[in-house]
Amino acid sequence: MSWKRKDLLGMQDLDAAEIIGVLDTASSMKEIATREIKKVPTLRGKTVVNLFYESSTRTRTSFEIAGKWLSADVINFSASGSSSDKGESLLDTARNIEAMSPDVVVVRHRAAGAPALLARHLRCGVVNAGDGAHEHPTQALLDLMTIREKKGHLEGLNVTIVGDITHSRVARSDIHGMRKMGITVTVAGPPTLIPAQCQELGVKVSHRLEEAIAHADVIMMLRLQHERMQGGFIPSLREYSRVWGLSLAKLGHCRPDVLIMHPGPVNRGVELAPEVADSPYSVILDQVSNGVAVRMAVLYLLAGSKGA
Amino acid sequence: MSLLIRGGRVVDPAGGTDGVQDVWIVDGRIHKVGKGLKAAAGTETVDATGKVVCPGFIDMHVHLREPGFEYKETIASGTRAAAAGGFTAVACMANTFPVNDNRAVTDYILARAKVEGVVRVYPIGAVTRNLEGKQLAELAEQAEAGCVAFSDDGKCVMNAELYRRAMEYALPFGVPIISHAEDCELAHLGAMHEGFVSTELGLSGQPAAAEDVMVARDVILAELTGAHLHVAHISTAGAVRLVRDARARGVRVTAEVTPHHLLLTDEVVRSYDSACKMAPPLRGKRDVEACLEALVDGTIDCVATDHAPHALSEKEGEFAEAANGIVGLETAVPLLLDRLVRPGVLDLPTLVTRLSTGPARLLNLPGGSLAPGAAADITILDLDRAWTVDPAAFRSRGRSTPFAGFTGVGAPWMTLVAGQKVAP
Repeated sequence: MSWKRKDLLGMQDLDAAEIIGVLDTASSMKEIATREIKKVPTLRGKTVVNLFYESSTRTRTSFEIAGKWLSADVINFSASGSSSDKGESLLDTARNIEAMSPDVVVVRHRAAGAPALLARHLRCGVVNAGDGAHEHPTQALLDLMTIREKKGHLEGLNVTIVGDITHSRVARSDIHGMRKMGITVTVAGPPTLIPAQCQELGVKVSHRLEEAIAHADVIMMLRLQHERMQGGFIPSLREYSRVWGLSLAKLGHCRPDVLIMHPGPVNRGVELAPEVADSPYSVILDQVSNGVAVRMAVLYLLAGSKGA
Repeated sequence: MSLLIRGGRVVDPAGGTDGVQDVWIVDGRIHKVGKGLKAAAGTETVDATGKVVCPGFIDMHVHLREPGFEYKETIASGTRAAAAGGFTAVACMANTFPVNDNRAVTDYILARAKVEGVVRVYPIGAVTRNLEGKQLAELAEQAEAGCVAFSDDGKCVMNAELYRRAMEYALPFGVPIISHAEDCELAHLGAMHEGFVSTELGLSGQPAAAEDVMVARDVILAELTGAHLHVAHISTAGAVRLVRDARARGVRVTAEVTPHHLLLTDEVVRSYDSACKMAPPLRGKRDVEACLEALVDGTIDCVATDHAPHALSEKEGEFAEAANGIVGLETAVPLLLDRLVRPGVLDLPTLVTRLSTGPARLLNLPGGSLAPGAAADITILDLDRAWTVDPAAFRSRGRSTPFAGFTGVGAPWMTLVAGQKVAP
């Protein structure tokens, strides 16, 4: 495939051919994880900077492993709090990093649009590793990769995303990516956690869990942030868990081959009953493994494929 | 001291004039308006052939930032921006440092304006001390010192009881209470308008209802107290409907709208450019249509810019964390001429009314008229002049505008205050 982008900022920007291209590249990368020596020289001499303004274990580690397996030099730069607290603006930080000539900057930031801002100002490639409630494209790509592996195809499937859609960048990226691949997407949650005019994203909206998951091939459970109670979005975790948590009993009404997914980290006992998280329906750990493969593919496409 | 503006199309809606006439100014006042005036020997002349001569434009909503935030704007730079933009007077909001909640600050602003200003400056006093919404500012003394209205603009007085008392207390001064209508709980720290665009961008949105709810409350309080309520920067279809209904019932409510709320929707926020961030936020298409309709039919009395300059460092960076506010003084008139008058959405005399007579009447200011004896505050327009918005060329210290790079035709040509040329 021919990859022409400098940056990967969101699934909204990609077309179906590009998505398939990343997934195919990721599938071929996956084999590296099974080798005894997990290292290929593809990105030797390239530098990847992980610029994380928000705490993250999974995503940062995943990018770090991906870069290292491809022999890139990976530097982790964690900045806590907002840039204004630190007294250095995001752009100043970015300019400083640029002066060190990286090939790719992977950025996570609590502000929606921060990666786009960096991409406009940096010559190197920028990967969005999650910006506020906007997008998290590599998560959507690893979700699609996992579904394609398990189901053999994407087109025509029904995926239901359950939980806090309003504050979820995973939901937005999944919705964009899945729709482009011909998947029918339903979002489900209490009306307080469904964003304004959500249907216009091209999804069905449901306020009843049982109805929303009855015909689903895949159920994507989102993490519920505890602070949502303070915002008045839900009355209590107890009630949320009872109404919107996925239990084995509720799963009994679903398709027998349904897949349970979760972007992690799981709040066991809140959105997902422990026995569901550990059930054969769950492909949560496959998602994590595929995450490394997808990030290898993305780093390769941005830094390696054109000899940048 | 005498000046003759010869051969221009005089548009003076207050006097019912629209035709080629001469305007003769003596000692800073309009002496005569008529055809083929013969001025006394030694009178300076301005050839305004092909130009439009109007009563001076008044921007009743600007932030001059002085005292306290001189790094954003000063009275000197802000009034020069006003003059360049065709305005002969501005009313400046109270959110300075210290806040204009007492006579000393009002006196200071007026004194600075006298020395440094090039257009007329009318201070607006705070409604509550330090804009905290807890205790009334000394409104009587401020009115005496020259405040032409009261407003906590930038913040909403959430305590309805206190706002009621402010409206009542201000009654004897005959000045409006200007409402920044934004229920801050309902607005929920939203960085933009709540709608499909905020959903796509993942930015927290504030619903139009945050404005509507507060306009409804304020209209009810105006009805209760008999006060003159002026709604600042109206931006929603709901608020427009509330104002229209209230006026029909005889409640003393007036309103202003900004050029950006007339010309842009939340779609432009897709760039994540913080030059598109201000309060109230850019709204949806229906809201823009409602504001335009209300400006045409007179439900909205005037256009005001809400000129809110910031330093670059406060505007570059993450959208959600950037300061609210854009500059407007130097772009308002060209934009309105090109985007509203040229396509025929608004006729020129109506625009002139909304920029001069409208604000003059509702703030009880001199101006808004070219009648003999009136101060010779005059804005002359060149409807054929092509322009490109170039923030680097602004007189304002603020540079943040969503209109950067816009082009059009029709702009201010000359600005006179008390018969003196202040721009170009």
